Amino acid sequence: MSKYSFTLNSANKLEEAVLEDFRRRVKGAPDDLSKEEMQSLDPEYFAFIQSSMKEAEKAGYSNYSYWGSTLRMFFKNKVGVTTFVILIILIGFSLIQPFLPNQKSPTQIYNQMVLRPNGRWYEQQIRNHGPFQGLSYFGTTNDGTEIWENFVFGTNNIGQDLWARIWSGTRTSLRIGVTVGFVSILIGISIGMMWGYIRPLDWFFTELYNVINNIPSTIILILASFLMRPSVGTIIFAMCIYTWLNMGRLVRNLTMMLRDREFNLASRCLGTSVFKIIFRNLLPQMVSIITLNFALAIPGAINSEVFLSYLGLGVDVNTPSLGNLLNAGRALMMSPALRYQLLIPAAVLCVITISFYLMGNAFSDSADPRNHV
Amino acid sequence: MFLYIIKRILRSFLSLFLIICIVFVLLRQMPIEGYFPSNYDRLTELELNNILRNLGLLDPVLVQLFNFLKQLFTEFDFGRSIRYLQGRPVIEIIASKAPISFRFGMIAIFFSMPLGMSLGVMMSRKKSGAWDKIGTGYIVLLQAMPAAIYFVLIQLYGSSLLGLPLLYNPEVPRSLILPIFTMCLPNIAFYALWMRRYMVDEINKDYIKLARAKGVPNTTIFFQHVFRNAVVPMTNTIPTAILMTIVGGIIIESLYSIPGTGGLLVDVIRRQDNPMVQGLVIVYSSLGILGLLLGDILMAFVDPRIKLHKKGDQR
Repeated sequence: MSKYSFTLNSANKLEEAVLEDFRRRVKGAPDDLSKEEMQSLDPEYFAFIQSSMKEAEKAGYSNYSYWGSTLRMFFKNKVGVTTFVILIILIGFSLIQPFLPNQKSPTQIYNQMVLRPNGRWYEQQIRNHGPFQGLSYFGTTNDGTEIWENFVFGTNNIGQDLWARIWSGTRTSLRIGVTVGFVSILIGISIGMMWGYIRPLDWFFTELYNVINNIPSTIILILASFLMRPSVGTIIFAMCIYTWLNMGRLVRNLTMMLRDREFNLASRCLGTSVFKIIFRNLLPQMVSIITLNFALAIPGAINSEVFLSYLGLGVDVNTPSLGNLLNAGRALMMSPALRYQLLIPAAVLCVITISFYLMGNAFSDSADPRNHV
Repeated sequence: MFLYIIKRILRSFLSLFLIICIVFVLLRQMPIEGYFPSNYDRLTELELNNILRNLGLLDPVLVQLFNFLKQLFTEFDFGRSIRYLQGRPVIEIIASKAPISFRFGMIAIFFSMPLGMSLGVMMSRKKSGAWDKIGTGYIVLLQAMPAAIYFVLIQLYGSSLLGLPLLYNPEVPRSLILPIFTMCLPNIAFYALWMRRYMVDEINKDYIKLARAKGVPNTTIFFQHVFRNAVVPMTNTIPTAILMTIVGGIIIESLYSIPGTGGLLVDVIRRQDNPMVQGLVIVYSSLGILGLLLGDILMAFVDPRIKLHKKGDQR
């Protein structure tokens, strides 16, 4: 080979680069073992191994664990971790808020003492008191005690504490969201499994799917809230009627795809029970989809609750929920001084739904084994 | 293909029939007080019964259902409104309101479809480039936020900061700007999301790699191969989108007090105007079913490789 040979040149360059890298790493340490060190090595390292059919049958296990990798991938994802922390703080705070000191009741109406022109003191609701004003003086009662109250987010138009109402509303909305999420994945998985696994039932579930899918979801929501008492339970029930559809169809398509794959055929031939096939062979392949659906069902349900409250069909008006708070705020939005009653619940709601949405996406990305390197 | 369409139509009729029956029976479970707007307490038992008998509500539910279906299939008669506009035929009321919603929806589609699809294309050109990040942020924001919130905020700040009319007025063209802008936002997000997904799916296919290896210029690959193939599934959504404009947007129409079909359904359910509810459910459901069918036919028309009758399981 001449000195113009491309192969030789690049081989030399490669060799140089490797040596360079090696030298950089050892940093002046001896390049070779000394004589004593060589003698102290175990001679077995240099003996030939015997081939053995028995040993060859032993398959190795990697220490790969699905959930370990999923969690590792998830915690590498900045968006996922940020939204996760935000959600933990928000949910945690909304749960412990009633047990903190100096918290007000979300439904109690607060009154102040007002001197009327006839010289007598009257109790009057503390209406539309602005937010972030610290302790405010609200008059003196007949026996001389002064009324000082702290409304962090102010009060609404009948004198209820917006701070307490927002946290109480967050709890209501989260309860709706999480319950709907759980029920819809439970129904979705069980129906999807039957739909995909039991061939003779296919037409029945297909028809069921078509019928429910073709009724606009607004009709279901509105009819249900008219037929039953408007309450949290009613809303959850109405949403569960149609939220499982998406999940069911996805699970059904995956089941149809996987049920006749070779590994399932092998399992069935070896006499594995149907339940074991479903729980060990099929479900683990769907974790990514299931978690994504669960995470997206929560903001979806919260949004539907807001929509229902907008129509005046949501949770009972006396139960604070984020939808009810928004609706109350919307009625007052035309006067700029009162807009905080719309903007504060809107901000809380947006943080919750967007966080769930982003976290769900991040988690399903990391739950997909194809992304585990 | 013809046979396939006939089969699909027959199956849709079965679905429609079941929907009508379910909704009909459910509607009959509504409380009786609801049929009397204000005078329930003042009427005697006899008067109550008379009114209910005139409305046909005292017969057994199955008899009522049979009568309704007979009327529907023999005379194509949806009945008359009992509360909303008393005595007017249901179909007439819907037909008087649908064009308004249709017009709004069509203008919104006219703007949002090209915008959304080009946003999707721009997003797919460079993965995690500037367009992709902005577009993803936009889509996530619109999908995760409750629609009611940003609709209300747009109306609030659009009217107070930009001085646009707060409510819709047919004589002032400027009052169209806010509702149509609001309607476009989620539509653009929808088209961009799906366009990007189909584009990315197509880019990752093997024949694109081959084209790259052959040295076909990037722009040619992008617009002649990827784009043309990605548009095909998008055409599937067009008929549904157009037909569903008739259903209208509940929130937008009530915010800007547009006299369209949007709030009609909620309104008539609240007033327990059963014939109206049934009529609307039938119209909306058949529009939905028809949209899916037309979408599939259009897709087969645009892309000759798609054979409808072979798909079998397509829903």
